This record gives sequence, C-alpha cells and structure tokens, in this order.
Amino acid sequence: MNGPLAVAYRVAAKTLCGGRKSAGLWVRAKLAVISAVRGLYRKGECKKMDGMNSSDVVNEQGNGAKNVVELRNITVKFDNDIILDNFSLSIKDKEFVTLLGPSGCGKTTTLRLIAGFLQPDSGEILFDGVDVKRVPAHKRPVNTIFQRYALFPNYNVYDNIAFGLKVERVPKDEIAQRVAEMIELVNLKGFEKRPIQKLSGGQQQRVAIARAAIKRPKVLLLDEPLAALDLKLRKDMQGELKAMQRRLGITFVFVTHDQEEALSMSDTIVVMDNGKIQQTGTPEDIYNEPQNAFVADFIGESNIIDGVMLKDRLVKFHNRKLECVDSGFATNEPVDVVIRPEDVDIVHPDKGLICGTVTSVTFKGVHYEIIIDVDGFKWMVQTTDESKVGDFVGLSIEPDAIHIMKKSEYSGTMGDYSYFSDEMEEISNPDVVLGEAEDEKTD
Amino acid sequence: MRIANKIIKWHVYVFLYLPLVIMIFFSFNSAKSTSVFEGFSLKWYGELFSSSDTLEALRNTMILAIASAFIATVLGTLAALGIYMVRNKIYKQSMLSVTNIPLMNPDIVTGVSLMLLFVFVGRALGFSQYLNFWTLLIAHVTFNLPYVILNVLPKLNQTDKSLFEAAQDLGAPPPRAFFMVVLPQIVPGIISGAIMAFTLSLDDFVISYYTSSGFQTLPLKIYSMTKKVVKPDMYALSSLIFLVVLVLLLGSNIFQMRAENKTSRVLRKEQKARKKSKEIAV
Amino acid sequence: MKKLTKVFVNSPYVVWSALFVIVPLFIVIYYAFTDANGAFTFDNIVALKDYGHNFRISIGYSLIATIITLIIGYPVAYELSKAPPKTQKIQMMLVMLPMWMNLLIRTYTWMNILDNNGILNKILSLLGLGPVTFLGTPGAVIFGMVYNYLPYMILPIYTVMAKMDDSLLEAARDLGCNGFNVWRRLILPLSIPGVISGITMVFVPSVSTFYISQKLGGGKIMLIGDTIERQMQSNYNYHLGASLSLVLMVIILVSMFIMNRFSDGAGEGGMVA
Repeated sequence: MNGPLAVAYRVAAKTLCGGRKSAGLWVRAKLAVISAVRGLYRKGECKKMDGMNSSDVVNEQGNGAKNVVELRNITVKFDNDIILDNFSLSIKDKEFVTLLGPSGCGKTTTLRLIAGFLQPDSGEILFDGVDVKRVPAHKRPVNTIFQRYALFPNYNVYDNIAFGLKVERVPKDEIAQRVAEMIELVNLKGFEKRPIQKLSGGQQQRVAIARAAIKRPKVLLLDEPLAALDLKLRKDMQGELKAMQRRLGITFVFVTHDQEEALSMSDTIVVMDNGKIQQTGTPEDIYNEPQNAFVADFIGESNIIDGVMLKDRLVKFHNRKLECVDSGFATNEPVDVVIRPEDVDIVHPDKGLICGTVTSVTFKGVHYEIIIDVDGFKWMVQTTDESKVGDFVGLSIEPDAIHIMKKSEYSGTMGDYSYFSDEMEEISNPDVVLGEAEDEKTD
Repeated sequence: MRIANKIIKWHVYVFLYLPLVIMIFFSFNSAKSTSVFEGFSLKWYGELFSSSDTLEALRNTMILAIASAFIATVLGTLAALGIYMVRNKIYKQSMLSVTNIPLMNPDIVTGVSLMLLFVFVGRALGFSQYLNFWTLLIAHVTFNLPYVILNVLPKLNQTDKSLFEAAQDLGAPPPRAFFMVVLPQIVPGIISGAIMAFTLSLDDFVISYYTSSGFQTLPLKIYSMTKKVVKPDMYALSSLIFLVVLVLLLGSNIFQMRAENKTSRVLRKEQKARKKSKEIAV
Repeated sequence: MKKLTKVFVNSPYVVWSALFVIVPLFIVIYYAFTDANGAFTFDNIVALKDYGHNFRISIGYSLIATIITLIIGYPVAYELSKAPPKTQKIQMMLVMLPMWMNLLIRTYTWMNILDNNGILNKILSLLGLGPVTFLGTPGAVIFGMVYNYLPYMILPIYTVMAKMDDSLLEAARDLGCNGFNVWRRLILPLSIPGVISGITMVFVPSVSTFYISQKLGGGKIMLIGDTIERQMQSNYNYHLGASLSLVLMVIILVSMFIMNRFSDGAGEGGMVA
C-alpha cells in the first residue's frame, strides 16, 4: 500500500483532482492499472483468494493518508485503574479492522470511545481529522452493533430497523423503501412484523446489523457480535459480515477475543493487551511475524524459548546453535525464539537438532498433539505421526520456521506447555483471588 | 413432625379466615345483630348506597387515593430514576435508607411526626386550621413514595443499559431515547407501584387519623362507626372494600407474573444460546 | 449522563423527603423538649415516668405476641416451602389475603366474635361452659396482635426457606445427617435472616398499636400508642405526645439495632406485595 507506485499515484490524483470526491472517482478509474501492476510486483507469491485481492483494492481505494478514525494519546482511567495508557490508533477508510485481545485488554473501551459512550481522560478522538471528543454519541456518524444486540423489545423487526430513520424524521415512504432494501440485504424478508423475542440469535444479529447499517455510517462498530452464536452459525456469519462490509463499502471496526475469527475476517488486526497495542498488521504478518511473546502466544499455538542471537541468522537455544532467517539483532542479544507446533517434525534422536522425552500424546483428529520435555521446557508439537509417552525423540525444525522476537515484558511468562491456561497456574495460589468475572466495562 | 406441621397450618388458615368469613356472612344478615344470623338480606348493602355520608366518605377516599397514587407514582418514578442514574454509592445508600424510613417506622410515628410538622408550620404561618385535605394528601404521598420506588427501581436495574445506548447510537438524544426505549420497559413496575399506592391509600387509617381534620375517608368513617355498637352495615361496607382491594391486588399480581414470564422466557433463551456456544467454542 | 440532568431528576425527591420525612422527625424532638411557650424544658421527659407501666406492658405484650407468632409461623412457613411449587404461590397469597382486609375491620370483627354476647360465647354456652370474658384482658390484646401480624412472620421465613436449594439438603443427607440434623444444622441457620425479618415486622407494629388495645382491651389497657393518641387527640398536649413518640421511636431503633446485630445487616428491605 505504501509502495512507490501507490504513493506516486496518490500524489498525482490529488494534484489533478483537487477535491476528495472527484479523487475517489479518479482512483476507482485507475484500479485496473494498479492491480495489474501489482500483479507484476507480487511475482512469486502464491495467488490469494479473490476475497483477499479485492480487499487490497478496497484499501487502495481509501485515501491512505487520511484516517477515517484516529485516536491520539488517549488515556482512560476507571477508579485508579488505567484502562488505556497513552493509546493511539489509526483506522483507515473502508477497512475491516479487528481489535483483538483477551478480556480486559481495553478493546471494548476503545470501541466505546469511538462511539461516544465514554470520554477519555486525555487525548483526542478524530473523525476525518476533526476532534469529536465533545460530540455526544447520538450526533456521531458511527453506529454500533452491541454484544447482545440490544434490540428494542417493545418494537418489532421493522420498527427496530426503522428506528434510526424515525429519529432523523425521515419521511415515511423513504423509510419504507430503505428498510425494505436493508431487509433484503440481510436476508430477513418476511420477518418484518415479527416481535424480536421470537427471533433466533442469528436472526437477531441480522436485525442489529440492518438497524445500524441503514443509517449509512462511515464507521460501523461491532462489539463481539458473534460471541453468542453456535459455532457453525458463527463461521457462516463471519463470511456474511465480511461480504457485507465489502458491499456496503464502509469501515468495520470489529472487536473479538477469538483469534481465529480475527485472522479469517480482517484486513488489519490490532492486537491489544493491558491497554496497549502489541502489534498492528495484516493477518499474515501477525501470524508469521509476531513481534513479541504475547502476540506469538495469543495467536495460534507457539513454543517460545529463551535464546541468544549469536549473530545474524544464527541463534542459540537449548544449548544448540541453529540457523534461522532473521537478522538485525545485536551480537549475543537475548531474544525470544518462536516456533509454531505445526512446523516441528518428530524424527529419530540422532537426526534431531534438539532432543527430548514425550510426556503426553493427545489425538485431536486433525493431528496428534504431543508434549515433549526438552531440558524441563515443554514443547508442543502438532504432527500426524503418532508417538508413545516416554519415547526419547528428536525435533527437526527448518530455519525459516524459526522466528526471532525482541525481548519484552512478556518474555518468560508464556510459551511453555506445562499448562494451557493461566487460570490453571493461578488456582493453587492463595495470593490470587479469583472469582467474579471482570466487569465488562473495563474491557 | 410433618403431620404436626400440617395440623398447625390448617388451624392457622381457619384462624386467619374466620373473621373474613364471618364478616361476609353477616353482611347479609337480615337482623341487626352481628352474632345471630336470622335471614338472608341485601338491605345493608342497599343502605350503604343511600347513606349520604358513607357515599361522601367513599368519594373522598377515591379522590385522595387517586390523587396521592398519581403524585406518588410520578414523584417516585422520578426518584427511582434519580437513584439509578447516580454512580456515587454513598448517595445511593443514603437515599435508599431515607426511602426505608417511612417503611420501617410504625404508622403512628409517621402520623404524629407529620401532624406535628403541620401544626408547627400552621402556627408559624398563623393559620387557624392546621390540618385539611392538603395535609392529608401530603401525608399519603409521603407514605406511598417508598412503595413506588421499590417497585420501579428493580425494574430499572433489570433493564439492559445497552438499549439506552443503542437508541442514542442510532441518533436519539438522551431524553428521547429514554421515552422511546427505557420507559416502555419499566412500565410494569410503575403500574404495580401505582396500584400498591392506591390500595394503601384506600386502606390507611392511622396516618389519616393524625393528619386529617374534617376531610373524612372511609377508614376514618369506619373508625367513628365502630365507636358505637356495630351493625351489619359496617360488615357490608367492609366486604365491598375488601372486594375492591382484592380485585386490584390480584389483578396487579397476575399482570406482574405475566410480564415476568415474558422477560424470563426471553432471558432463558438467550442464556441457553450463550451457554451452548461457550461449550462448543471451548 | 449530564450532571444537570441528574440534579433535575433527583431534586424533587430529595426535597420532598427532606421536608416530609426528615424534618418531621426533628420537629418531634423539638416538641418533646419544649413547653407551650416554646421554651426549652425537660418537663416532658420527666413526665414520662408516669408512663412506665404503659411502656412495660407495650413491650411485654409485643414480645409475647412476637414469640407466639414465631412458634406458630415457623412451622407454617416450613410447610409452605415444602409444598409443590405450583401451589406455593397460591398458598402464599392465601396467607396474605386477610392482610388486605382493613386493620380496623379485622380487629373489630374479632371484637364482635369475642364479645360477651358474641359468637364464641354463644357456642361456649351451648356447650355448657359459662360465658368467658375475653375482651379487656391482656390475652385479647395479645391475641389481636398475633392475629393481625402472623402473616408478616410467615412470609419472610417462607421466602428464605423457599430459596434454599434442594441440592443443599441432599448434600447434607449425603454427608450423613438424619432428618433432625438436617434441620438443626442446615435449615435453621439459613432461616435466621427470615426469622429476624419476621420478628421485626411483628414487633414494630405491635408495640406501637393503639387500635388493637382500644378495641380488644376494652379501654382498660393503655399501650404506648393509646397514651400518644390521648395526648394528641384528646388532651392536645402535643409536647407530651411528642416525648412519648420519641420514646417509642427509640424503642424501635434499639430493637432494630439488636436485630441487625443478629443478622449482620442481611435485612431484605424488599417489597412484600
């Protein structure tokens, strides 16, 4: 997106067209050229699905330099707890952006800031460059889809969807027409008169989407909308939401703690923890090149080992020197080494770079999940070959499967498979008081 | 043990209902006696409707009950809203405690304290008459308020806050969002509070006794009538009042039960859906 | 939520309750400590010593009535909680129904029944037992208290018992408790909050009543409520009436304080329709 051609193009468009609107048309007219040129630039990379290509195109369509929503140096405190600390985020036009993180990381708080339900203690909130901090929620050009849909129980499907237009005092026949369009779009034809109590979860969600989208907002905020749905329905809705975003041509800001969901739907993922952005990037970037132990552990499974970068492309861990493909670190710099379980092969101990003892074997259908103890560190390996508990085996890893990350505050706290969850370690600790679920407000 | 319990229970039922049964029974007595039943007659009911001061007392009671229930409902709903909206825990606790005072105080304390207030103010302002319809009204509103608040506040706490936000999100300014979306949800609480206030007002004796002078309500009339020998016409009047209160309160309870069934069904469905997806996701 | 909105919405009630709930209590204190000319005096407090007897019997009778309602009400509440769930609501309503009769009516109906010429005596004379004077005795007054406030004891205890999870009882049995122990070790302790509630809801109205004693006490029994009534409505001695009321308020506060100590502030405060 920031390649030299794109930049040149944008400059040309601006000077030639002046106003934003005409620039948009101009941009659209040149899309074919760009994608063709891009094809040349991207030789060697495997052809992606149609979906991914057009999303690249959509991103190009937005004036990349202008962010439709921007949060600058936001601090949010709640009763002496700092929820967001000097937090800054830019969201580009027409993107599908996902805020991803565990409970309490601040992602819902960020959403509420944008929607206008929360005032930051300091910082600015900009829509198209204009500070809207003082603008109340009902005047902001954003709409929200709430976690539990918040459908109005005293109205039926039609009235729920029409609500936003009624408030704007849109004439009745225009309302009827636009509602009909929306109902068509979300596949709820025939449900107009139904009371919302008689709708299933998936249907309710469609009403929620229609109700928000009918207002044609610049940005649609979605607060874990798929959390209450059955697994299979959720997968279907993921596809539907993605398609809808493309059809409507607006920005979606999506909040979830489900990393699979984020990976499959987003143009950009913003990984958050503890009120800070841990990493921003495309799904592939986040998965293949996590920047710290938290991101590596949160997305997919990872083995994260303490290591030392001996020199470029040579790393030492478990007292072995292994080749890798990363460079740019200082000599003998302590680093975190990340290796995905699916990238490890189990081989004969003589052929393995590292050796250890199998402590558990679990059949998962798709693969076996094998825990191997290497010098006290528990590795997880996903492979279709079976092993037996107690076997002494070797691990074989390709150099480009070894990913090096800088040390961070998360180093040493994760990546070892003695337990899968933090909660399990905390259960026996009397100093940790578990109990009530965290207030949704602080999320 | 259980048998003993059951025996006690049935004795208690008989004990509780005896006066009620006797009252209704003797209200149809053709004779003047309240202990000897001579024949069936509706004459006492007839007399009621022709007695002008009974009718006046009835009219007064209705006016008072409707007026005080109305004022208490509006004021109480506003109060519940206010308590709900404030975040400060200390304020919330103190307002709830203040609300509890008329509930915890025996009627006589409420009655006497209000009476003394009116006397004090009346004297200070040089009135000759300290008590009248208005003092009575104020007193009724005062003891009705806590009941309205305690009916509306739980309903408010049960509302989904995100509904109010969703309405604003879709462009409705806060007052409009409240009227379009929140108010319809708390209406059952408002109604049951209003009905409760109405029946309390109908039935009140002690507080009215101390805060009224000249303006006679039915309970006050009953009191003056029971100072003399009691005739079955008292029973007729009491049976009628009881019937009205019964219908009102039964109706209100059924209404509430229906409303709760609706919400609990919806909530249970949601809960099931959420549970299912959580189980599968893990 | 803007601050101004909150202030607007809250102020009517704050003002009302300050004026008509808080201030009157202070005025009672004012009257208790002043004389007819508005001068500060302790006379009204000193005069209270003449009423020691009335205080004693008020508290005494109320306590007895409370104990009786507890003894009767507890088993009834327990029975109710064990009834099939469908009938529980109906039975509860049956218990509450008599409460919807006016207090005056309930009481004077009993007065009629217990009168020397009343139904009860007529039945007794048919059985050959001489006419018994019920009215005018402490027993009648206590009986009136029990009758009027028994449902207020049953209801809270029942509520607490009904909330008890069956699985708790099963767990107790599973761990070896026989019937009596299940009651003693599990149900009894868990029902205490309801008992406390019930005691409060019976004692407070009983100790402050005047109508029950007036009608069933035949004019011979003067409880605190009666003395207050006489001062306020007959003697127009508001100051003495105020000091009597003040003592009544103190008695109630003290009893509530004692009850709170027992329940650790687990009072319900919820609505009983």
